[in-house]
Amino acid sequence: MDTFKRLKQYYWPYKKYFFISLFFLLFVTGITVVYPMVLQLTIDEVVIKNKYSLIPYISGFFLILMLIKGLSTYYHQYLGDLFGITVVYDLRDSLYKKLQVLSFKYYDNAKTGDLMSRLTADVEGFRFFLSVGFSELLRIVFLILFSLSVMFYYSIPLAIVTMAAMPFLTFVVLRFDKRVHPAFRNIRKSLGRLNTRVQENISGMHTVKSLSREDFEIDRFSNSNNNYRQDYLKTASIWSKYFPLMEFIGDFCAVVLLAYGGFLVIDNQLALGELVAFFSLVWYIMGPLMNLGFVVNQFSQAKASGERLIEILDAKEDVREKENAIETPIKGHVTFDNVTLTYTENDDHALKNITFDAPPGKTIGLIGATGSGKTSITQLITRFYEPEEGQVLLDNRPVDEYKLKTLRRYIGFVLQESFLFSTSIRENITYGCPDVSEEQIIDAAKRAQAHDFIMEMPKGYDTMLGERGMGLSGGQKQRIAIARAICINPSVLILDDATSAVDMETEFKIQKALKEVMDGRTSFIIAHRISSLKHADEILVLDEGEIVERGTHDFLVSNNGPYQHIFDIQYQDRKAIMGIVN
Amino acid sequence: MSKSNTKQSSHLKRFSYTVDRAVEKPFNWQQMLRLLAYLKPYSKSYLPGAIIAMLVSTAVRLIVPILIGKVAIDIAVANKDTTLLTYLVIGISVLYLLSYVGNTLRIKWVNVLGQNVIYDLRKHLFSHVQRLSHRFFDSRSEGSILVRIMNDINSLQELFTNGIINLLMDIVMLTGIIVILIALSPKLALAIMVIIPLMFYISTKLRRNIRRSWQYTRIQQSRLNSHLNESIQGIRITQSFTQEKENTEFFEGVNQDNYDSFNDAVKKSAMFSPVVEMCNAIGTIILISYGAFLILQGDIQIGTFVTFAFFLGMFWEPISRLGQMYNQLLMAMAASERIFEFLDEQPNVKEIENPHVFNNMRGQIEFNQVQFSYDNERIALHDISLSVKEGETIALVGHTGSGKSSIANLISRFYDPTKGSVKIDDYDLREVELKSLRERISVVLQDTFIFSGNIMENIRFGRPEATDQEVIEAAKVVGADDFIARLANGYQTEVEERGSILSAGEKQLLSFARALLADPSILILDEATASIDTETEVKIQKALGRLLKGRTAIMIAHRLSTIREADNIFVLENGRILESGNHDELIALKGEYFDLVKSQFQMLDAI
Repeated sequence: MDTFKRLKQYYWPYKKYFFISLFFLLFVTGITVVYPMVLQLTIDEVVIKNKYSLIPYISGFFLILMLIKGLSTYYHQYLGDLFGITVVYDLRDSLYKKLQVLSFKYYDNAKTGDLMSRLTADVEGFRFFLSVGFSELLRIVFLILFSLSVMFYYSIPLAIVTMAAMPFLTFVVLRFDKRVHPAFRNIRKSLGRLNTRVQENISGMHTVKSLSREDFEIDRFSNSNNNYRQDYLKTASIWSKYFPLMEFIGDFCAVVLLAYGGFLVIDNQLALGELVAFFSLVWYIMGPLMNLGFVVNQFSQAKASGERLIEILDAKEDVREKENAIETPIKGHVTFDNVTLTYTENDDHALKNITFDAPPGKTIGLIGATGSGKTSITQLITRFYEPEEGQVLLDNRPVDEYKLKTLRRYIGFVLQESFLFSTSIRENITYGCPDVSEEQIIDAAKRAQAHDFIMEMPKGYDTMLGERGMGLSGGQKQRIAIARAICINPSVLILDDATSAVDMETEFKIQKALKEVMDGRTSFIIAHRISSLKHADEILVLDEGEIVERGTHDFLVSNNGPYQHIFDIQYQDRKAIMGIVN
Repeated sequence: MSKSNTKQSSHLKRFSYTVDRAVEKPFNWQQMLRLLAYLKPYSKSYLPGAIIAMLVSTAVRLIVPILIGKVAIDIAVANKDTTLLTYLVIGISVLYLLSYVGNTLRIKWVNVLGQNVIYDLRKHLFSHVQRLSHRFFDSRSEGSILVRIMNDINSLQELFTNGIINLLMDIVMLTGIIVILIALSPKLALAIMVIIPLMFYISTKLRRNIRRSWQYTRIQQSRLNSHLNESIQGIRITQSFTQEKENTEFFEGVNQDNYDSFNDAVKKSAMFSPVVEMCNAIGTIILISYGAFLILQGDIQIGTFVTFAFFLGMFWEPISRLGQMYNQLLMAMAASERIFEFLDEQPNVKEIENPHVFNNMRGQIEFNQVQFSYDNERIALHDISLSVKEGETIALVGHTGSGKSSIANLISRFYDPTKGSVKIDDYDLREVELKSLRERISVVLQDTFIFSGNIMENIRFGRPEATDQEVIEAAKVVGADDFIARLANGYQTEVEERGSILSAGEKQLLSFARALLADPSILILDEATASIDTETEVKIQKALGRLLKGRTAIMIAHRLSTIREADNIFVLENGRILESGNHDELIALKGEYFDLVKSQFQMLDAI
């Protein structure tokens, strides 16, 4: 119950919807059992005692009750649903806000698919439980209680006989439910695998066709296709085993009713109309009971869903703004003082004793193998992570003394993966600064060498990009990402492998343009190609989180260190070719 | 509460997501028959089996109320005949047992039938798609193909599983009830049946209206989900540019829309069951007032009245399902139309009868005045003639869009030229068997596709029958063995396309191993421009040398070192060959190539 207690703040404010809905439920279930009573009255009082004058009263009374029932059903259902969707509105809102503030560290370990299934399936499961699940349980209880009362009122022995079937049915229902749910999960899983299989095949179609592997792919697909069929049929076979059985128990109950009830009527211990009423009443008990398993399962699923949601809501916010954090323009003087960083406890250091100073106007180049810590350095400046030891300073003040908004407002970041949003190119470029002028947008795009190809598109800057910026080449995406970073007019610009997919000529143009923009500001350039960072004022060569060599290109190139090694490899053919060219 | 007033903010237009529109199509007999043809393989087994099983349990459900009303009440109870009552109880028990067996078999067979049909249909569609040409895939997004193979087929599942049998069952049931009621008492039957059209109206029109609002809700929900998905994937960008608050505002708008549509849908839905019940209430009132009247008139017996009461409760289910079925059919029409559209698609690249099969390929390529266009609008290649000798390496150089990839695509016959011909070993590609052609050609793409599975399986994709030993051997030759050995589970490490276990360079090495394993006569290689760290780059260079040995190679080259070593270099621009020759010849020519090389190096020095 802790789960429901923890989530109380979301549903308790709307409790009135729930309780009013329950109030109407009482009418709904109460009036349901009137129908058999009307049949009984018609047979026993009107027909057998020949009192047709009663009919208008019975009809009128029944009609009024049914109108009340109709209204009650409407409000019971609507308010129940309203309760669910209102609570879930708030819950979604909180989840979204929470997701916005969780740090990179959280996302490093989270999978998009998993988060998505929590935000969709689990939220939906929770809503369903609030709207339908809980009140369905009460409906079953009420309906059984009301029906039993009427039964006992008519005939105690017959009521007891009917009740005898209930434990059997309950047993079968619960057993069925226990078996069918894992089976359903299997169906979902194998459908998921089939989906992945097909998706992969389509995405990799070029590779498939190149290697002429169509038949192989059809085989693999048929395998998954067959697994799905088998899992489906397994579930169907559980279904075919239990469902007819449940119905049979109900039917059998009716047969017993006929035998014993018929005998009682013959014996004059029971009125005929009462027996007829029993036939309806018995289904008011059996029907809802068949639903019991489903409802019980709802409970445990809602609990599990709730727990998964709480995990998000309670996730630790690693990076928090200090209470007295300041807002002040940042000039862009970046200083690292003996900084050590570890991503997860007990893990190796991602960075060890990093120290450097980058006053405005300076360009720092970072080079090193994949995983050597280049990206980590830049992400500490924006406080995406917090150092374990040492200090990261901006304008001689620790970065955690600034408001996050202020800090990041002055730092333009071009991340390794140039993620673009599903909106127009214009909106993507102005993502960080919605209020800039048209000239500024075009200026940023021009500097990023993106203007020309944007203008070639049918709708220019208003061209819509699909999810994940589909339809653009890697190089084009990178250029829009660069324009996006320039557009916020940053004091510090960080290019993390930002031009890897553009050709050399374009890269050259971008670099020339950036040099102009970044005059008097601080830049960080991460690259594998020496040509991308040789103009830096200081180049840091990283290996396993440590600076192993530093200096200008001219110094490093003959320092007999790793930098020179990289240089030699990249420029091996330069000499040979240049010799001929010149 | 913010829910009642929708915020009007510019942020509401911040993102836009395309969502599927409502899908319904008018009924089309031709299409229906084409769909039903998929039942044919089962028309002598599961289909009749399921129908018979269905008929048995339906018959029981129709007979029992008559037995209880007309026999038990009117005869046994009325005459105080306990023996007859006993026989009756036994008889009904037997009937229920029959119904139990019928139900069990029906559920089982109906599912086997439905799943088999769905399996066949999906396999048919998937296999067909595999055979389609590049042109087909060029013009469609991955998502739209996936939706047809998965969602559209899934939406036919219910139709083939329960739909068809239920349709028959409901028709039998409904006619059965009507016939029985009329036989028992035509007057009372006609009086009660006024509710049937009313019920039909509710189950089609009203339900349709409700379903539309749920459809709208689903559209809102998928918008919400699209945004959630994107906001998680782009969270790093959002935080970098501190757009958390702005995005939250957008989300609140989407959340609000979702809430509103939901609210509308549940409001409409909540009306449904009260209306149905009122309908039943009217039926009940007619029954008791007119029924009681008829009994007192001596027109009918009490048992008839009771039987009517039983059947009154049984009207709704078949009518409700028939209404649902009608809606289901309209949706099935939309889904099957889209499925058939794909199935009717023919491959652009066709094989002739008795094509030449390459058992051996020498690898001599010839382009003879080839013109080519992807879409008949822009010409991608103009009058290209070139020839590559066996074992030669040629490099294609030029800007994006100059036609390099088009040349490569024609060699694998992913497309046919619009004019001229492409020949390998003097066979026109239009006359060769595609499979044998492509098996002898390996294409290594810039962005190598990694299939989910382990590393071993990924390399083996080049030649599925290769042994583990051969796979490892290939990996060693291209120098991929080192990094694979360093992975947690070596060759058994699970990888996937979106996973970040492998770097771009490592993926490239894997695709080299894949190509080597395939042991092709012709290798087409699109060199990677993506950033690869220098150590890996060195490995790739070395691997390349080994890969090229003894094969004809077409390189779409970016690295000067690769280009320089080619036997022949073709400099392309706007689909035309500007210059060709080896490195030294082209440098001596002092033309385009010379400028290209020079400017690259000058650029490096200029910054």
